Amino acid sequence: MANIENLLTIKNLHTSFRIKDTYYDAVENISINLNKNEILAIVGESGCGKSTLATSIVGLHDPINTKITGEILYKDLNLAAISESKFNDVRGNDIGMIFQDPLSALNPLVRIGEQISESLVYHTKFTKEQRKERVIELLNQVGIPNPERVVRQFPHQLSGGMRQRVMIAIAIACKPAIIVADEPTTALDVTIQAQILDLLKELQAETKSGIILITHDLGVVAEIADRVAVMYAGQVIEEAPVEELFNNPKHPYTRSLLNSIPQMNSENEKLQVIQGLVPSLKNLPREGCRFSSRVPWLDANTHEVNPVLHEVSPGHFVRCTCWKHFDFESAEGGN
Amino acid sequence: MSFMQIKDLCVHYPIRGGFFNTVVDQVYAVDGVNMEFEKGKTYGLVGESGSGKSTTGKAIIGLEKITSGSIIYEGKDVTNQRRERTSAYNRDIQMIFQDANSSLNPRKRVKDIIAEPIRNFLKLSDQEENKRINELLAIVGMPEDAKYKYPHEFSGGQKQRIGIARAVACNPKLIIADEPVSALDLSVQAQVLNFMKDIQEEFGLSYLFISHDLGVVKHMCDHISIMYKGRFVETGRREDIYQDPQHIYTQRLLSAIPNIEPATRIERNKERQGVEARYQAEQHKYYDENGKVYALEKISDTHLVAVNINEKGGK
Repeated sequence: MANIENLLTIKNLHTSFRIKDTYYDAVENISINLNKNEILAIVGESGCGKSTLATSIVGLHDPINTKITGEILYKDLNLAAISESKFNDVRGNDIGMIFQDPLSALNPLVRIGEQISESLVYHTKFTKEQRKERVIELLNQVGIPNPERVVRQFPHQLSGGMRQRVMIAIAIACKPAIIVADEPTTALDVTIQAQILDLLKELQAETKSGIILITHDLGVVAEIADRVAVMYAGQVIEEAPVEELFNNPKHPYTRSLLNSIPQMNSENEKLQVIQGLVPSLKNLPREGCRFSSRVPWLDANTHEVNPVLHEVSPGHFVRCTCWKHFDFESAEGGN
Repeated sequence: MSFMQIKDLCVHYPIRGGFFNTVVDQVYAVDGVNMEFEKGKTYGLVGESGSGKSTTGKAIIGLEKITSGSIIYEGKDVTNQRRERTSAYNRDIQMIFQDANSSLNPRKRVKDIIAEPIRNFLKLSDQEENKRINELLAIVGMPEDAKYKYPHEFSGGQKQRIGIARAVACNPKLIIADEPVSALDLSVQAQVLNFMKDIQEEFGLSYLFISHDLGVVKHMCDHISIMYKGRFVETGRREDIYQDPQHIYTQRLLSAIPNIEPATRIERNKERQGVEARYQAEQHKYYDENGKVYALEKISDTHLVAVNINEKGGK
């Protein structure tokens, strides 16, 4: 594509949480950008910092126990440093968010119609009639049958898939340029998941917005993402266009993860297991390759002292140099 | 030869209402399920949420009242004796739960958690019990000093393994695994699955593997049943289900699973839309006027599908 338009730039972002007077980085030095008309997937296991990254972008962290440094540049604003009242103008208007569990994200005491029009009240000058119209239009857009009835219903009256559609309707109500979707389909059945993913893709193609999709499901990534960043222990360890990542993964972590998926078309083999555990936030090694403790058979000098992202092919970045020495035979030997 | 048969199992929940709180309707959570279990095999039970797959598992082990139907275990009808302390059934059928965290008592040490079934069913001295616990911990690959710790000191995968150790403590014949890995991360999931396969080989266990993840089910199971609204829509060997799915519901499920090959994305999307269109158009072939699926019909020795026989004749 010739005209890649940059939408959001994250530069050296650190998000740290306070545990007993010490701040620990949950997201460490992440630099990534989101382009217009693109779905950027951020993948990783629980505790790798992917949701922390998402909430940092939307500014939903508890300000007392969290410290955010670095830059999140959107238009001419640095979202990491602006005041809360200014953020209120951006959140919901320019950045929409879709949460994992629609039942706990929706207010159980407020009718669907009101919940969707809430952001319209704040961010637009619509009259009441216009808002009503827009809500119906939105519900139609996300494929909810009989929207006139649904606006008067409460969240518990809808099924899980319908609730997630309502969440999406809320997120896109003000036509945001960026949508942050934090595990949008994890709580749903596969058939509903497929529908929601198709819907997200359609909406994205229509509005040309950028979507940051946080997920742990590599299948979902393969299904709709354009570009993927794999996170491990607070860092991006690999970043590549989607086909490149799945066809030509480099980092040992990415390769092990892909090998540990029970595949539809593979036969009864042993699944790949990654040795050891993800270190907890407090015990994270702050120096050297984060993944080294999971690949103990690799020699220490195959890792870089201060691993950085290297571009191995256009658009494909890998952290550290240990991938050059990693193969599954040696992993077996190490087991 | 199967050691256990389930015949026409039904679990119905009454819906009460009206002035006298009378039973006005029933929820047919499980509605006529037949299964057979053979030694050393894994049986998969797949379905979307609300399809009754967990209820089936719970009804078999006895955590759920059975409305009608029978469970025959080694030639004996055990339908109403499932939770009796003295019955062999209660010892031989064990369960692994989805959320390991909430299935382990936080106030008990691992030792006491694992020892509970031993104390219930086997009369062992303290030393023997201790030895058995060490054995079990070795089986699930955990160090011996783990037994003096509490559940919160372990990670998710380790907790799930403690749950498995408890389940295998009395050498059961069948383990009902209700979504054992769906709360776990990918790499941990791989660990637990590998490990479940290992102990199956070692002890000749059978599993009833309840899951919504068709990838995991394919990896684990020899025999798969697809469930919808309390009834089986299709049941057969793994190859039957994955290579030759007959029922539209199975096809829909299979086409909805994300594949990790981004190159086939568009193709698969087309396929999904095709299946969806057929699903809309051919409803009557697969569901009767109440939206229920038909009774299972044999299409080969191992493969049964719920289709309308009358429709099939016209095809």
